[in-house]
Amino acid sequence: MKIAVCVKQVPDTWAEKTLSAADSTLDRAAADGVLNELDEYAVEEALQVAEAHGGELTVVSMGPERAAETVRKALSMGADAGIHIVDDSLHGSDAIATSAVLAAALEGRGFDLIVFGSESTDARMSVIPAMVAERLGIAQLTFAQRVSLSGSDVTIERVTDYGFDTVTGSTPAVISVVEKINEPRYPSFKGIMAAKKKPVDTVTVADLGLEAATVGQAAAWSAVEDFAARPPKPAGTVVTDEGDGGSRIAAYLTEQKFI
Amino acid sequence: MTTVLVLAERDSSNGTVKKTTLELLTLARRLGEPQVVWFGDQGSEAASVLGEYGASAVHVVGGQDMADHPVVPIVDVLQALVAELDAKAVLVPSSADGKEAAGRLAVRIGSGVITDAVDINESGVATQSVFGGSTVVHSTVTHGIGIYTVRPNSVAPAPAPTTCTVVDVDTTASEAAKTARVVERTVAGKGGRPELTEAAVVVSGGRGVGGAEGFEVIEKLADSLGAAVGASRAATDAGWYPHLYQVGQTGKTVSPQLYIANGISGAIQHRAGMQTSKVVVVVNKDAEAPLFELADFGVVGDLFEVVPQLTDEIDSRSN
Repeated sequence: MKIAVCVKQVPDTWAEKTLSAADSTLDRAAADGVLNELDEYAVEEALQVAEAHGGELTVVSMGPERAAETVRKALSMGADAGIHIVDDSLHGSDAIATSAVLAAALEGRGFDLIVFGSESTDARMSVIPAMVAERLGIAQLTFAQRVSLSGSDVTIERVTDYGFDTVTGSTPAVISVVEKINEPRYPSFKGIMAAKKKPVDTVTVADLGLEAATVGQAAAWSAVEDFAARPPKPAGTVVTDEGDGGSRIAAYLTEQKFI
Repeated sequence: MTTVLVLAERDSSNGTVKKTTLELLTLARRLGEPQVVWFGDQGSEAASVLGEYGASAVHVVGGQDMADHPVVPIVDVLQALVAELDAKAVLVPSSADGKEAAGRLAVRIGSGVITDAVDINESGVATQSVFGGSTVVHSTVTHGIGIYTVRPNSVAPAPAPTTCTVVDVDTTASEAAKTARVVERTVAGKGGRPELTEAAVVVSGGRGVGGAEGFEVIEKLADSLGAAVGASRAATDAGWYPHLYQVGQTGKTVSPQLYIANGISGAIQHRAGMQTSKVVVVVNKDAEAPLFELADFGVVGDLFEVVPQLTDEIDSRSN
């Protein structure tokens, strides 16, 4: 079985994120870049599928030069090979272009499963897996809290507001996984050493057969008009409980007409 | 008059119109004349309330065949109706289904897409609250028609009565839709409370709750207010409360009128999921807890003293 896992380098989850004043894109230099937390679950799930059913796992990432670290991180967890799509023309790409680039990188390589995290912690759109499934014309089995395979049948539990839906489809399929589907492994020392020797294909937009003019900020189909930091909240009232803390909140909520 | 399509969101327990649909209609009226797309039964029953909020038509997509496949049938119907009605914008709820349908539709018809809008003005400029609410962004779709996903609780639903015509959409699942099939729906959440992302009041607990049994006091307060229950990642990671209820950067984003945080210190991870709440009340033993910075009203104290007292006060006032 051939499995791909798509990962993204994002600013550290715990860092304050800002937009760049120059072009309103995410200021990626302002914080450490890490493997998107939700993608760690995707890598783990893909590794578990590969281990249980046999197969080769390729990690695919689109991102600037330093996203190579993120590809290596996934390799050190156990992925076999990497594809890093890096090209200056990609800066500022919207989800439409990103999905086109990923689909072009994935297409024709015979992947049976393409695994994603359910969202990135920076953009948080949750649309890329669905867009890639749309472009490749294959099954979309997303927001999975459980994945099981039997031959070419794939069954997932799709998280819903009320619980979950059991959804089935056949390979080839796009899967996205939610947080907590598994416990992502830490790269071992051996894994980190081995990752240095694993093959990573660095490809450009032209290598994928796409025109540079169709990606990047200028080609985006949505644009930021302006942005501003949310004005700081005026300081509220904080009191120390002297046996009447609950009553004081009740009084406040009454004043605010909540009760 | 410009047509704007609105994808209805229905209550998962009884199939009626959800408040988010009325919020979408209220925003859609700024852009043109809204028409609703409705999946499942009870569409004709819903027509009166949809009309009250300005929908001139409801397109009812019935049939089990369409309900048995996730996301793609929504895309197929929206695509057909955009073409048929020459719609200039599409508004869908910011649910998993809504976002994925919006994304696929954008690819299919060649339009830009804006997710998680909290407001849309007459010119189609969307307001988004990004990076956990720390930054407010105004954006526009610059290609094709405007496709927006809209967060719950973004706008107060305002009536604008009109006559709503019921149109039956006679269609069956496409080949693309058939690539995935829903074989079973399982209700796993704790019933009886409003849904977390659209509740007007959310009461949540964190590390300070100390254990699964401690969530009883959180639930009691929530029930006295008719609120949803939320939990911080520390509490869900510890297994004290189901992960479905996690509020934060990697969980749900909520924007209620009132958010009461109990025993939650307020790391960025959590603030990212609740920062845009209108009124925030914080109870924490630790006076240095960063969440007090966001509090409109805060009490430094033991939540097991403060919260039951508050619950009693609310119960006695409402009796």
